[in-house]
Amino acid sequence: MISINILEPLVRIAWLVGAVAFVIGLARMNSPATARNGNLLSAGGMAVAIVATAIFLLLRPNTSTGNNLLIGWVIIVVGIAIGGGLGLYAARTVKMTAMPQLVSLFNAVGGGAAALIAIDGYLRINSGSVVAAPGLQENVATVLDIVIGSITFTGSLIASGKLMGRIPGKPIMVPGGQLVTGGLALVVVVGALFLWIGNYSLAAMFVILAVSLIFGVTMTLPIGGADMPVVISLLNSFTGTAVAMAGFVLQNPVLIIAGALVGASGAILTKLMADAMNRSVLNIMVGGFGSGDSVAGVVGAEGAAVREVGVDDAAIQLAYAQHVIVVPGYGLAVAQAQHAVRELAELLESRGVDVKYAIHPVAGRMPGHMNVLLAEANVPYPQLKEMDDINPEFERADVALVIGANDVTNPAARRPGSPVSGMPILDVDHARSIIVMKRSMGKGYAGIDNELYTNPKTGMLFADAKDGLAALTAAVKAL
Amino acid sequence: MSPAEVSDFLTNFTIFTLAILCGFAVISKVPATLHTPLMSGANSIHGIVLVGSMFIAIEATDPLSQLLSLIAVAFATMNVVGGYVVTDRMLQMFRRKPAAAMKADQGEG
Repeated sequence: MISINILEPLVRIAWLVGAVAFVIGLARMNSPATARNGNLLSAGGMAVAIVATAIFLLLRPNTSTGNNLLIGWVIIVVGIAIGGGLGLYAARTVKMTAMPQLVSLFNAVGGGAAALIAIDGYLRINSGSVVAAPGLQENVATVLDIVIGSITFTGSLIASGKLMGRIPGKPIMVPGGQLVTGGLALVVVVGALFLWIGNYSLAAMFVILAVSLIFGVTMTLPIGGADMPVVISLLNSFTGTAVAMAGFVLQNPVLIIAGALVGASGAILTKLMADAMNRSVLNIMVGGFGSGDSVAGVVGAEGAAVREVGVDDAAIQLAYAQHVIVVPGYGLAVAQAQHAVRELAELLESRGVDVKYAIHPVAGRMPGHMNVLLAEANVPYPQLKEMDDINPEFERADVALVIGANDVTNPAARRPGSPVSGMPILDVDHARSIIVMKRSMGKGYAGIDNELYTNPKTGMLFADAKDGLAALTAAVKAL
Repeated sequence: MSPAEVSDFLTNFTIFTLAILCGFAVISKVPATLHTPLMSGANSIHGIVLVGSMFIAIEATDPLSQLLSLIAVAFATMNVVGGYVVTDRMLQMFRRKPAAAMKADQGEG
């Protein structure tokens, strides 16, 4: 048996190596060129930390009493086999369009694991198998871990369910709404204070646990499906914080570092996502936006004439244009039309048309999601243009082809007084001619009419993105 | 709290605070196109909770603790393995070179 005096420093050094790999890995995700390498570095650090922990647990003298090492190892091996198998299967088989809900699911189980560590720790304090009374550090961290971990567990499951369509994506108002949410929050705070002043009540812990689990549900249900990316990012940050709290409970530095790192990154990312939609995080969490009930601040668009355009006319416009800018949106992602759009673009390019893609920061379901989808369809990376780069080019574009994008193209955002006011938009209306492919005149998340559709330069092509693009491609070929 | 506990807590709290600042500094430089992979990558990192789950599994003394730690280990492993694999799948697409993509497409057609 190797002395604990040697083992302990070794495992701590391994954890430090892991923590450094996490930080450098995240830093390398700055640019597309090094991002993959950064993720692999991070994964390598994770492997080092986990393997070192396993070796440490295997070789260290057993100091606890009453535990069964064999059963402990069976639990670890079986748990890793089950969790690893499920995770690997889900991650390898998921379609790229369904990826946000999977990330949310992984986030849920991470938060669940962090909460379980605290629950287990609390049960041990209570059963007396831990002899020394817990210090303030463990006590405060334990309660915070239970609260945050439970909220993120149920909240992420609801978010994932909404994106999968198992739970209606539209905001669901809990009866009593914010009063219930406020009441639940109050119960958690009172319960936490009760435990922190030195009471060790199992009943109080279970009340806090139950209320936190319910709170996660009531917090997420009233939020519309369109805002889910922001919510998932926020919950991701919560999970990081819960893991850091678990680190305080277990006095484990690598959990504290990794958890705090994710807590901070998730918070920044949440703010960036909300900013791109011109919403505040608070505004989103209060919910109800996108229900279609919001009063539209747009006048003039109502009842104005919409010009419809046929597939053949649209095909002729595209085929004889010099510059075409494709504006893909949520509708394209839902219809999984990324391959269809690439085929059309290639056909046009073979006829000498210059084709570019205008990517709004929140196109698709998450920032960067559209790039992932188009990259999957082998769209050359240089053709994908960020909003700020492409906006000046719309003036020179002969045709702007908008596919299933709505609010991000609404010129009403340039004026005050509309729900989308101030939101950065793509200057699609500056193009010489506009084709909007859309299934119906349905409204976007903001629940308002899009003035672009009534613009005299705009022709509406009512079709599902995939079918419509296939029809366009066939029509261009036939020319 | 004993002086030793205060000292321990402050050490941990120092690590916690610096790690938060580190997270802010690193993340704020990432371009928008990489936000989804980044979120997924950060999501995998909190799978480090597996380390804590392994400790409670080994130290479990009663059936309830054993059950809780089994679920914790399974959950945490799912977070780690699934998170890194799905992030890698996303980033693999970004890395594909335009020239190689063109070639693959011509092959298809």
